[in-house]
Amino acid sequence: MNGPKLPPARGPLSAGVISALTSGPPPPQVAGADPLGEDLQLALYLCYELHYRGFDGVSDEWEWDPGLLRTRRDLERLFLAALRGGVPGGDDVTGVLEELLAEPIEAVGISHHLRDDGELWQLREYVVHRSIYHLKEAEPHAWVIPRLQGRAKAALVAVEFDEFGGGRAERMHSQLFADLMDELALDTSYGAYLEVAPAEMLAVVNMMSLFGLHRRLRGALVGHFAAAEITTAPSARRMAQGLTRLGVDPLFYTEHVEADAVHEQVLRRDVIGDLLRREPGLAADVVLGVQATDWLEGRFADLVLGRWRSGRSSLLVPMSDSR
Amino acid sequence: MPGGPVLVEGPVEITLDDGSTARSDRFLVALCACRRSRSYPFCDTSHRRRTRPPPTDAEADAD
Repeated sequence: MNGPKLPPARGPLSAGVISALTSGPPPPQVAGADPLGEDLQLALYLCYELHYRGFDGVSDEWEWDPGLLRTRRDLERLFLAALRGGVPGGDDVTGVLEELLAEPIEAVGISHHLRDDGELWQLREYVVHRSIYHLKEAEPHAWVIPRLQGRAKAALVAVEFDEFGGGRAERMHSQLFADLMDELALDTSYGAYLEVAPAEMLAVVNMMSLFGLHRRLRGALVGHFAAAEITTAPSARRMAQGLTRLGVDPLFYTEHVEADAVHEQVLRRDVIGDLLRREPGLAADVVLGVQATDWLEGRFADLVLGRWRSGRSSLLVPMSDSR
Repeated sequence: MPGGPVLVEGPVEITLDDGSTARSDRFLVALCACRRSRSYPFCDTSHRRRTRPPPTDAEADAD
């Protein structure tokens, strides 16, 4: 087995991609689909996953199949247009980063809930959602490396080195996350929870792949990375408090408090600073990356907290207590 | 960084007032300069400005 198993389809687009990958009819036509809906997000996720680890039983040839790439491009156009349409835009990079640097008092986010009142089943659900990204943590960002130069490149690679454990496999952030999943009696195999992750979660990861795979969107990838690193330290502190309260080892999150306090400074000063000195025309793309991250994370948090408030599971299929 | 941490190249070993030592082998280390960090001597972003959020649409509707 060389990758995760394919998930069930969520509509005609994802069904078309799955049947193309498994039995070979031409990939589906994309028109009029909901750009943030379950079907398009899963179809796009399947196309992108071919560039990471692929799927069990799916030929590696599909990664560069022109017909499937055309379908992926059509899916991406709808998704990117939705991202541009969902955010205010502009080119004030300093202004949008300053907004993220202010810590709102009385905020209500997932990490606030898990710190104060979250139950173990909710923590497990949250970790299942995030496994879609954290088991490939920092990987979408590696694609931007050849598209940067000089100080911006060197600084981004230094942050990536930290994300990948500073040369020690057991300290890779993806491994620390797998250790956390193991402690919570969750399945640590890559892609195990793809079939229960809702579109709101897939969209966050699809955004990273979209920005990472397109050289023209390198500014957006850097903006996204900075936004993620800036917002992580305070939320990781709250998560660590929540895990400690629930008797779970908080190492994954305590590592992110200190690491991201450093990464934030490096991303702002060295990566964004140097990139915009070289390519000032990318300011609007950096802003897009920052704002799209904030917007998609907000949609994800609204979904999860909304479901939990009414006592329901935030996953597509609720989990039983065991693996 | 004004108002933020002091950045020094790692690895570092810091001797604290009580004689204990703190180590970090990160490529760059952010040392707390505001004394508010709960991970002192390392920065945990506690220096950040805290703001009251503007009323959201939902709250405005409720009024």
